[in-house]
Amino acid sequence: MSVTALKPYDFPAKDVRANFPAPLLFIGWDEHLMFPCPVALPLPADMPFGALAQAVLPGVYGVHPDFDRIDWNEVQWFKSGQPWTPDPAKSLADNGLGHKDAIRFRTPGLTGIQGSFS
Amino acid sequence: MDAPVIKKKLGLKDRYAAMTRGLAWDTTYQPMEKVFPFDQYEGIKIHDWDKWEDPFRLTMDAYWKYQGEKEKKLYAVIEAFAQNNGQLGISDARYVNALKLFIQGVTPLEYYAHRGFAHVGRHFTGAGARVAAQMQSIDELRHYQTETHALSHYNKYFNGLHQPTQWFDRVWYLSVPKSFFEDALSGGPFEFLTAVSFSFEYVLTNLLFVPFMSGAAHNGDMSTVTFGFSAQSDESRHMTLGIECIKFMLEQDPANVPIVQRWIDKWFWRGYRLLTLVAMMQDYMLPKRVMSWKESWEMYVEENGGALFRDLARYGIREPKGWKQACEGKDHISHQAWNTFYNYGAAAPFHTWIPKEDELQWLSEKYPDTFDKYYRPRFEYLREEQKAGRRIYSKTLPMLCNTCQIPLLFTEPGDPTKICHRETEYKGDKYHFCSDGCKDVFEHEPEKYVQSWLPVQQIYQGHCFKPGVDPTAEGFDPLLAVLDWYGMNVGRDNFDFEGSEDQKNFAAWRGDPVPGATAAADQGAQP
Repeated sequence: MSVTALKPYDFPAKDVRANFPAPLLFIGWDEHLMFPCPVALPLPADMPFGALAQAVLPGVYGVHPDFDRIDWNEVQWFKSGQPWTPDPAKSLADNGLGHKDAIRFRTPGLTGIQGSFS
Repeated sequence: MDAPVIKKKLGLKDRYAAMTRGLAWDTTYQPMEKVFPFDQYEGIKIHDWDKWEDPFRLTMDAYWKYQGEKEKKLYAVIEAFAQNNGQLGISDARYVNALKLFIQGVTPLEYYAHRGFAHVGRHFTGAGARVAAQMQSIDELRHYQTETHALSHYNKYFNGLHQPTQWFDRVWYLSVPKSFFEDALSGGPFEFLTAVSFSFEYVLTNLLFVPFMSGAAHNGDMSTVTFGFSAQSDESRHMTLGIECIKFMLEQDPANVPIVQRWIDKWFWRGYRLLTLVAMMQDYMLPKRVMSWKESWEMYVEENGGALFRDLARYGIREPKGWKQACEGKDHISHQAWNTFYNYGAAAPFHTWIPKEDELQWLSEKYPDTFDKYYRPRFEYLREEQKAGRRIYSKTLPMLCNTCQIPLLFTEPGDPTKICHRETEYKGDKYHFCSDGCKDVFEHEPEKYVQSWLPVQQIYQGHCFKPGVDPTAEGFDPLLAVLDWYGMNVGRDNFDFEGSEDQKNFAAWRGDPVPGATAAADQGAQP
């Protein structure tokens, strides 16, 4: 469907890739809702995927008592809600991640504060 | 020949006709559709505007008289409240944070409503509807002013009240009410009335006003209570305009039914999402609680609203599409929202806190199925961290819904362990949503919502720093630069209530033990 309008209605989208210094990536940690929502980060497309766990996520989720217990080899990843297997050595772009992609990770065995998914 | 008898005074009915329909005329120099371009393009077919019934029969001269008298009483109370230092009689300084949320997020909507109804009052061709809309436009302007006057007293004593209009334009969570109303204002006049008069005022307004006003009464804030009473008599007129408009559209032409139904679906959902802020206020920000969000939802929406939609069924209208999800959310959204503001409390010009033990207990009792299982553990953990001097603040910007602009904090219907996330693609770009309802709104008019001014995206695009700020300079702190652009006094307007200036001042004024005198209690304030 489209907008009902009196005159031709054509305006630029605000959040296209060209408006950002780097592509935007959305990241969420399943079953750890003490962090209330997924986060948004502009990340260079040539950054290796493995750097997420090493360099990016500690700054976001490091204060959670479960974070240090994550076995990154066991982590399950999802992209747009579908199971997905990224290659940590390859870049974000080579793993198929583009502007405004949304990924989540699940850490089996870890279910948050007292198992409350917090 | 006898001279005709001239009646000096018109009867009530004639007077009403003269002062409403009698004031309207059809244009002759220009065609009507050129002078009134807005009242047909939405596709709503009106065959006879004379069928519009204004149940109040209020004319402008009577309007001035009633409102003037009401206003006199209101300002006498506001004045007395100020003279008697009424701010010292409130239950607890935490209560003022509900007022901060009100003046930041609700009062500016009154002004938007004033503009919206002025627009509708100009553009309908039916005189009865125009007069009703014009009066409401003036009501809304009065509400904006009286709320600002009533709350300005608190601004003398508490932080977080000093620039609500700039915050409304800039601060991340205030884009939620702002975008809601701009969406309505940029629709046509019939959609605007369905959005604001019907879906918001008629279906949901009790959920906004009753918690704030009875919350004020329970917490000793007579100034706000009086404002509430003053507005209440207007609200009943506004609600009637909402239901009248809906019935009028539905009765005029059967082709209007699907259009109206779609608007009801959209605006019920958008209004419901907006009220998340009220849900949180009601369950967490009132030191003396009135009733839980869940209880008000059941009373005002499930019971009253259920009856309303059964009544509208004869026109072919069903309950709004997101109804069931909204009803399920009553057990969750206030807790999820407060947790979000607690986490992002460094970036909001009001204080947050962990509820006290008896307040957690109240929440457990009011939410027996969900609070202890999902929410209490996280608040207790956050409390322990805070006690140990590690007050947790999230520093990474949240992912926002492209429609309601709320962070993706809501969980999947039927599964409170999982964040609800929907996405779609439009012209090669991805768009993300908190719910099916918000995704549906986008997909119906994507050209509109690709223009959303999403605060997080705007910050990352570099649009939320003061002119001349150099983000590449050494030691640049983006968060502080954004808060500076917001116009927040960092350390006074934001952070935890524990250790705040509000807390210390209030205790000192009342002669209570000043918190923060001991080292341990002071640790909440700084990240």
